[in-house]
Amino acid sequence: MGAAYAKVCEIVAMKLSGHDLACIRGGRRVFSGVSFSVAAGDALVLTGPNGAGKSSLLRMIAGLIHPADGSIALEGGDPELSVGEQSHYVGHLDPLKPALTVTENLAFWARFLNGTSEVDDAAFIERGLEAVGLADLARLPAGYLSAGQRRRLSLARVLAVPRSIWLLDEPTTALDAASQERLRRVMQDHLSSGGLVVAATHGPLGLAEAQHLRLGIASTGRENSRIGGAGNALDTMQ
Amino acid sequence: MTALSALFARDARISIRIGGGAIMGVLFFLTVVTLVPFAVGPDLALLRRIGPAILWIGALLSSLLALDRLFANDHEDGSLDLILMARPPLELVIVTKALAHWITTGLPLVVASPILGLFLNLEPNALAATGLTLLIGTPALTFIGVVGAALATALRRGGLLLPVLVLPLTVPVLIFGVAATNAAVVGGGRFDTPLTILCALTLMSGVIGPFAAAATLRYGME
Repeated sequence: MGAAYAKVCEIVAMKLSGHDLACIRGGRRVFSGVSFSVAAGDALVLTGPNGAGKSSLLRMIAGLIHPADGSIALEGGDPELSVGEQSHYVGHLDPLKPALTVTENLAFWARFLNGTSEVDDAAFIERGLEAVGLADLARLPAGYLSAGQRRRLSLARVLAVPRSIWLLDEPTTALDAASQERLRRVMQDHLSSGGLVVAATHGPLGLAEAQHLRLGIASTGRENSRIGGAGNALDTMQ
Repeated sequence: MTALSALFARDARISIRIGGGAIMGVLFFLTVVTLVPFAVGPDLALLRRIGPAILWIGALLSSLLALDRLFANDHEDGSLDLILMARPPLELVIVTKALAHWITTGLPLVVASPILGLFLNLEPNALAATGLTLLIGTPALTFIGVVGAALATALRRGGLLLPVLVLPLTVPVLIFGVAATNAAVVGGGRFDTPLTILCALTLMSGVIGPFAAAATLRYGME
C-alpha cells in the first residue's frame, strides 16, 4: 500500500514540457518556436493541418527524432530513464506480426516493454484482449485482422503495460464509434489516475478537459539546416 | 532479460512459421550447390577438390538471403520505433536478433551442408571439416550482415544493396573458412591456423557488428 502511494505521489508531481522546439525534416523547417507544458492528469491535444508537424512533435517527445533546436524536459519521472522509455507511443503503424496470433502479438509487446515475468501469465494477456474486445479472436493470426481491430490490438499494448506518458498519433483512426468511446474512457481513467496524454488528432477525442496546441504550416519553405527566423503561426488555447 | 528473451522467441517463431526465411535459405543453398555440377560437368575428382569452396559460397549467399528483412520488417510495421524507444540497449537487441536469425537460418545451413556435400562427392573428413568451419564461420556472416541490414533499412533500400555492401566484407571469412577446410581435405597446410583466425573473425564481428548496426539505426532512422 505504501509503495503504491509513493508511486502515485511520484506520478502526480510529473510535468512534461517542451521549450522553443524546432523541427527540420528533409531540409524543410516543419515548425519552430513550439513550447508546451503538460502536468500529470492533463491532456495535450495537437491539432493542425496535414504536414504541420503533429507526428514529428510526438516522435520528438518519444526521442525518435532529435529537435533541431530547443529541449524537452520531464520533471518528476524516473531520472534513470529517458522520456521515451517512460512513454507509450502509438504511431500510424500497428506493430503487429501477421504470422503471429493476436495473443502472441500482445504477449510479446507486454513482455518486451515491461521487462518482467509477471506478464507471462496467460490470464493477464486474456484480460488485456478482453479490455479491447478482441478476446474472441485470440488465436487468429494478426494478418487477418481488420484495420480497426489492428488498432485495438495496438491500444491493448498500452493498457497492458503501465506507463505514465501516452503519446498517441491519431489514436481514433479506423476505430468504430463504440471503440472510440472505449478509448475516451480509458484515456480519462489514465488522466484521473495521474497519467499524462499527448495526442495528435483531427477529430474530437471527447476528453473533458484538455489543452490544445495548434501547429501551423511553416511558410518559409526550404531551409538548409539553418535554424532561427520568425516562428510559424502558433497559438495555444486553453 | 525478459524483454530480450521475448524478442528472441518472437523472431525465431516468425522465421520458422510460413513466410519466414528458415526453409528458403536451405532450399536456396540446395539450388546453388546442385547448379555447380551442371556448370562444371560430372568430373568427380574436380568436384571433390572444389566441393568445400562451393559449399562455402553457397552458404555465404544463402545466409544473405533473409538478412535484408532483419530490420526492414520491423521498420515497415513500426515495431522498430518501439524497439528504439525501449529500455534494453539497442546493441543487445541487435545481438539478440542476430542470434535468433543465425539459429533459424545459419544453423540449418550447417546441418544441411554434409548432405549437400555428398552431392559433390566429398569424403567424410571433408564433410566434417566443412561442417565445422561453417559452424564457426556462419555467425560471423550474420554479425557482418546485420550492419548491412541496418544500413539498407536506414537508407530505405532493399534488394541488391545489402549483398553489394556485405559480400566484400565477408571475403576474409570465406578465405579462412575455405583454407581451413582445404587443409583438412587436401593436406599440405595447417588446419588449426586458419581455423583460429576464423574463430577470431567471428568473435571480432560479434563485437563490432552490433555496435556498428546500432549506430547506423540510431542515426539513420530519424
